[in-house]
Amino acid sequence: MSRLRNAFGVVSRREETALIGFVMGGDPTPKYGQRIAEALIRGGVDILELGIPFSDPIADGPTIQAAAVRSLASGTTSNTVIDLAKTLGRHYDIPIVLLTYYNLIRARGIQNFMEKASGSNVDGIVIPDLPAEEAEEYKETAVAYGLDTIFLAAPTTSVNRLSRILELTSGFLYLVSLTGVTGARSEIQIRTLELVKRFVKLTKGKVPLGVGFGISKPDHVRQLVKAGVDAAIVGSSFVDIIAKNLEDIEDACTNLEVETRRLKEATRNS
Amino acid sequence: MKRLASYPTGGKFGQYGGRFLPETLMDAVLELEKIYVKLKKNKDFRNDLDSLLKAYAGRPTPLFLAKNLSESLGGAKIYLKREDLLHGGAHKINNALGQALLAKYIGKTRIIAETGAGQHGVATAMACAVLGLKAEVYMGSEDVERQRLNVFRMKLLGTEVHPVESGSKTLKDAINEALRDWVTNVDSTYYLIGSVVGPHPYPQIVRDFQSVIGREIRRQFATEEGRLPEAIVACVGGGSNAIGAFYPFLDDQKVKLFGVEAAGLGLDTGHHAASISGGREGVFHGMLTYLLQDPNGQVKATHSISAGLDYPGVGPEHSLLESLGRAEYVAVNDTEAAKAFVELSRLEGIIPALEPAHAIGYVHELAPRMKKDEAIVVNLSGRGDKDVQVVADFLGEQI
Repeated sequence: MSRLRNAFGVVSRREETALIGFVMGGDPTPKYGQRIAEALIRGGVDILELGIPFSDPIADGPTIQAAAVRSLASGTTSNTVIDLAKTLGRHYDIPIVLLTYYNLIRARGIQNFMEKASGSNVDGIVIPDLPAEEAEEYKETAVAYGLDTIFLAAPTTSVNRLSRILELTSGFLYLVSLTGVTGARSEIQIRTLELVKRFVKLTKGKVPLGVGFGISKPDHVRQLVKAGVDAAIVGSSFVDIIAKNLEDIEDACTNLEVETRRLKEATRNS
Repeated sequence: MKRLASYPTGGKFGQYGGRFLPETLMDAVLELEKIYVKLKKNKDFRNDLDSLLKAYAGRPTPLFLAKNLSESLGGAKIYLKREDLLHGGAHKINNALGQALLAKYIGKTRIIAETGAGQHGVATAMACAVLGLKAEVYMGSEDVERQRLNVFRMKLLGTEVHPVESGSKTLKDAINEALRDWVTNVDSTYYLIGSVVGPHPYPQIVRDFQSVIGREIRRQFATEEGRLPEAIVACVGGGSNAIGAFYPFLDDQKVKLFGVEAAGLGLDTGHHAASISGGREGVFHGMLTYLLQDPNGQVKATHSISAGLDYPGVGPEHSLLESLGRAEYVAVNDTEAAKAFVELSRLEGIIPALEPAHAIGYVHELAPRMKKDEAIVVNLSGRGDKDVQVVADFLGEQI
């Protein structure tokens, strides 16, 4: 069993829901990557999602776009982020997932990328611009290197396409909670909760379900837990904390840890 | 051998193209493909589009024998396909009318588009005004500054213009922002892409609507000369005017096809926009194609004197034609393009846009190497009124 699937098992035996925390690797600079990741880990994330910055992130809203700009400006490459995963692996036994746009994988060579990731404590990969229809080579290579392939589903995904997506998915399914780009939202809409409940049924017994996009507050997490998801994915609100504390990374780390703890606490309220 | 005109198959031009998109948009592009396949055979749709192209846009455009230019270069005869005479001043209206009509048939009332120099934005604004649709156009804030006149034209035509502050604040960022809008408003909104780029089926849809250029060239040239031309030359940014001119000739191997990219300050300087001549394969804006990128896969900033060629990618069908050797892709730099701009103005009384001035620039090399009884057709894709200030600044006291 993969370390990701195992993590879901551990969390559910504790009668909790998993919290997946995203930050952009190398934001604001590679120097602080480890400390920022550790703040999330100390706060209690069950799975860490590290972004590789891309020049043209079409699925991301302003918050994560700005993180990519900061990270790229400080010289971050895919190697920087994969090396961060490797370093973290020496100290922590926590599953790590990379989020990267497809061109960054292709540019390195798909096989080369997977080989390096697999040898660097990476457990799975999320690619926001690679739909099932284009994923053949990626899937084969990832499987060969024992990496989980986390595909996305959206409110607009048809039932037929979902079954194909589920065939390709391992680790967990990443449900995009709304039609839109990443970014914190003030509330979870009723139709989002209806969508989530529908997907809980569709994925039950097949693959764990993680829900992200717009999830930013403990109350959001509680609503997802109640709806029966396996993981709540939080990104932009962590990135916001980094953006607001660029002058003082100590403050950023303290606030990240506190915020992670609040969100993690919400996964226990069932 | 597979007929080249039969591409795309399965959403691909050979290995190029495809649909590299966020999941949220997949249903929309698959649906659009189905609807388009049906509508393209629909008689009412075709008649509506034909009459708009004729009575509103000004088709057919003339094929003009540029005698002075031909004599001055001392080789092949040079014909100009006068897309500069279309409503709005560029070939962009062919596609804007086609897609706006498509959106109207589908029942979408909100149209979004991107624009670089503003030509596609203006064409979209015109098409939406005449068809009663609401248009919003994304434009990099750098381009908004450089092309104030076109911004005002769009506003005058009832279109809302959104300046884009992200990234390099130019065309590629305007496309990023239009895609983000589309991800958010996919149910209500039609994305009217301006070139043969983006996810399938857009490269095909835009090609089909622009192919009217090549069909007319074929007919008009046969009337003039009783045969097919020896060569067709067109500029390539995203590549819509070039594909439009090339497509009806793809399977006539003896017609040589030349795509002219922007070499900017020179291919060896890194400051250019020649995706095929200076790039390598990558995935960008929903397609696999030639792309200007750094070794890590980050998309590079581009440079060209011509805003309409200032794009780091290229239509996937061009990548196929390059890989098969069916078309030859060459590059012309800022200085050569500016020289051709001035020369065509003086010799023929036609001020070309800076984009096709690159094509004319290549003809300066090509024509003298050809025989006097051979002929080149150049797609003069737009008029140059929008560029006179840029060229005056570039040439300084030389003008």
